[in-house]
Amino acid sequence: MKIKLWGVRGSIPTTGPDTEKYGGNTSCATVAYGDSLLVLDGGTGIRPVSGMASSYKRIDILLTHLHLDHIQGLGFFSPLFDPSKEIHIWGPASGSQSLFSRISRYLSPPLFPVLLRDVPCKLELHDVSNTFFDIGPFRIQSGYIIHPGPTVGYRIIREKLVFTYMPDHEPALGSHGMINDPKWVSGYDLAEQADILLHDSQYTKEEYIIRRGWGHSSIYDAGLFAEITSAKHTLFAHHDPSHSDKFLEEMLALFKSGSKVSVGLAQEGSEIELV
Amino acid sequence: MAAYEIEIILNRQLADCLSIPVFITDTAGNLIFYNEAAEPVLGKRFEDTGEMPVEEWSTIFKPFDNNGNPMAPEELPLVKTLTEQYPYHKSFQIVSLKGEKQPISVTSYPIISRSEEFVGAVAIFWKQKLK
Repeated sequence: MKIKLWGVRGSIPTTGPDTEKYGGNTSCATVAYGDSLLVLDGGTGIRPVSGMASSYKRIDILLTHLHLDHIQGLGFFSPLFDPSKEIHIWGPASGSQSLFSRISRYLSPPLFPVLLRDVPCKLELHDVSNTFFDIGPFRIQSGYIIHPGPTVGYRIIREKLVFTYMPDHEPALGSHGMINDPKWVSGYDLAEQADILLHDSQYTKEEYIIRRGWGHSSIYDAGLFAEITSAKHTLFAHHDPSHSDKFLEEMLALFKSGSKVSVGLAQEGSEIELV
Repeated sequence: MAAYEIEIILNRQLADCLSIPVFITDTAGNLIFYNEAAEPVLGKRFEDTGEMPVEEWSTIFKPFDNNGNPMAPEELPLVKTLTEQYPYHKSFQIVSLKGEKQPISVTSYPIISRSEEFVGAVAIFWKQKLK
């Protein structure tokens, strides 16, 4: 299966020469195999996925949660406006409102001119929780993870290959940080021995101390999570908008000096073929 | 290995910050965590015992009502919460590890997850204030 990263910036799109290398678009990735296309999150990175998606009859969009940096691009995903396309949107169930009604809060006036119910594609929405489901050749596990509001991570399995996607996750929330016992680690089941783990690493250790509870991880905690889950390779993602390319590389170098976990920085435009 | 639901994990993280004794069980009543403040009540350290089956930890407490009569297990708030998935609160006495009767109040509540599943229960032990 082929993974492509279309947006790895956290919080808000960030353009400019300082963020050119790792990219300024917010969360979006695709996973493709055969005639199946999964789009993970609908941040601003989803807009150029429209071109790639034109050759697929059915497209499945898997949203981790509905914060703006994960849905802002949805209205600019042109297959939504193509009556020949079948689009399924999967997202975390909430105890109070359906996924449809929550996404409609954004895709409706005054925030957006077109109502979700009026998009011309064949649209189906699916509320997911701690569950398994199948899409084409993919077996998918979704599970709630620690982040403000209903948020899930996804474990995407094709045969023995596993890609785990959790761009927003704060497993270290607590007075003493992450509990070093797999049974007590949020998201452990989703990430265990993943071939590729894409994980939140928005902050430095120092930044995390003053932003505890905001739903994100320090690069240190992301590395610890990767170690506990025995992920084979981890991509640090959800880069803070204030972090330049140079700063991200310094963060990574500092992390690598104290860890043997296989890691790298998620980079917009990069592709990984899992075989 | 399956991890606990995040609602259980977050309850443990909260308990870990509190100075009042907190016990967390799974749906069967097995003790899966107790905080540092609960350790003197049990006379054990979580680091030493780890999780404890319901048969083991339920025998540690000897509860009496305020008239000094032994209480049946089904009268205890946590047992009622586990049975009915509903919160309870009751004041009674337990025999301390030193053999002294100690008045306490217990608040218990079920942990109902975002998926609306009953995933565990919490019991908080409050020392009764002397009047």
